[in-house]
Amino acid sequence: MKAVANKLPLDIETIRLDFPILKRKVNGYPLVYLDNAATSQTPQQVINVIVDYYSNYNANIHRGVHSLSQEATDKYESARKKIQQHFNVANSHEIIFTSGTTHSINLVANGFAQELEKGDEVIVSALEHHSNIVPWQMLCEKTGAILKVIPMTQEGELDMDAFHKLLSTKTKMVFVNHVSNALGTVNPIEEIIEATHKVGAAILVDGAQAAPHIKADLQALDVDFYVVSAHKICGPTGVGMLYGKEKWLNKLPPYQGGGEMIATVSFEKTTYAELPHKFEAGTPNICGGIAFGAAIDYMNSIGFENIAAYEQQLLEYATKELLEIEGVKIYGTSKEKTAVISFNIEGIHPYDIGTIVDKLGIALRTGHHCAQPIMDFYKIPGTVRASFSFYNTFEEVDLFIAAIKKAKTMLQ
Amino acid sequence: MTIQEIQEEIVDEFSMFDDWMQRYEYMIELGKSLPLIEEKYKVEENLIKGCQSKVWVHADLNGDKLAFSADSDAIITKGIVAILIRTYSNQHPTAIIEADNKFIDEIGLKEHLSPTRANGLVSMIKQLKMYAIAYQTQLD
Repeated sequence: MKAVANKLPLDIETIRLDFPILKRKVNGYPLVYLDNAATSQTPQQVINVIVDYYSNYNANIHRGVHSLSQEATDKYESARKKIQQHFNVANSHEIIFTSGTTHSINLVANGFAQELEKGDEVIVSALEHHSNIVPWQMLCEKTGAILKVIPMTQEGELDMDAFHKLLSTKTKMVFVNHVSNALGTVNPIEEIIEATHKVGAAILVDGAQAAPHIKADLQALDVDFYVVSAHKICGPTGVGMLYGKEKWLNKLPPYQGGGEMIATVSFEKTTYAELPHKFEAGTPNICGGIAFGAAIDYMNSIGFENIAAYEQQLLEYATKELLEIEGVKIYGTSKEKTAVISFNIEGIHPYDIGTIVDKLGIALRTGHHCAQPIMDFYKIPGTVRASFSFYNTFEEVDLFIAAIKKAKTMLQ
Repeated sequence: MTIQEIQEEIVDEFSMFDDWMQRYEYMIELGKSLPLIEEKYKVEENLIKGCQSKVWVHADLNGDKLAFSADSDAIITKGIVAILIRTYSNQHPTAIIEADNKFIDEIGLKEHLSPTRANGLVSMIKQLKMYAIAYQTQLD
């Protein structure tokens, strides 16, 4: 370890005090949490907001005349504004609260059923999470549209030449993630968005894995839809957002019927509420939405530039140390990567490595990471994935490396 | 030996180990040392799909006893597969159907038989019992 401490952009020891869970032990060892791409941990600042909500102003929103309801409504709507500002979105009603990325994607896929005709083409990338593949497959089955796939390269990058060749006037929609969950590759979404718009198609970018590392400027990107889950950025599970350009959100039909999403209801005809309520049927995850806003505040108080700079140092150090172990192969070697390392050790099943290192207190993810097409591409059953966050330390990287070495000795 | 006697024997063996590492080293040894299944049976129709590690199971009837062979592509899973095969193989189908797996808890491997654990073992046990039910009908 590391003559880097004096150059760190962040005071990690102080930051770690914000996360109560980082103090706990697992199987008798201090927890080393390296499964941040699956879900991030929650700082006290966000936990306090959740406790405060249920302790002081829990009420249903938008409908009540009483003070509590008004207070909850104000906090919920102010969270929406925080999210709007964070992603530099023009109007707060272009931010739809959902239960998370998967819900957001399904909402758009469902709405696009009326936009597609038989023979139209939709394009997804080979690097997608299952949640950004399956809804489009279902949509294609329903409409007779054809699903095309942007192939990937050995480095885990999208084959952009192939992408440009796939685009045509038949293309109606493109779906791609900003960052691959399985490999950490940062995709060139600026180029993808521009090219998609040139052929007159719409584009949805899955920002689930980008949001913890990159502050996306959605107006600058000119993207049509961008989706995020709060729990990847220090917020709670069960809440997320769909950003959609106003013109698209007005065009798409509601996804679910219910309270909140209506203007008037009679048995002859129901008229839908204005944005964003048209897509927010039923009582939403009020506390979750407010905590989502608090999580955005927390991340910004640390600063995305600091986060990215520090995580890149962790990534470089961990990559270098890991490659010194004989037999290690890293999948996803793009130059543009977030702090994710997907790897295997020759002759050892990833499940076995995950099982042993868990016994040593190290939380990793093993398996196909809900991205089976990537595993099929590399002809492997899965990988071991270590994903880092700004609250991880170089000492934890050392513990991780030591645990991998131990597992290798036991398993070989 | 009955299933219960075998299980008691395994619990005895594991009681010699002081910590998890020794238990796992033993299981890894079991996983490495045993040729569990003939290659010709490692086919798609014998494959139990766990989310992460694969398990193959094959059953043969020898007289009134059911003989199992099985394998896995992950070594720790294979070690537990070896323990389960030792317990259930060459037993009467009725005994297999009636047996429980509490001994797995006693030897400190309970977590591997959790239904949410993506290693195929829970489905494997279910499959062993299904074979037993099928062959029991045949014997009747």
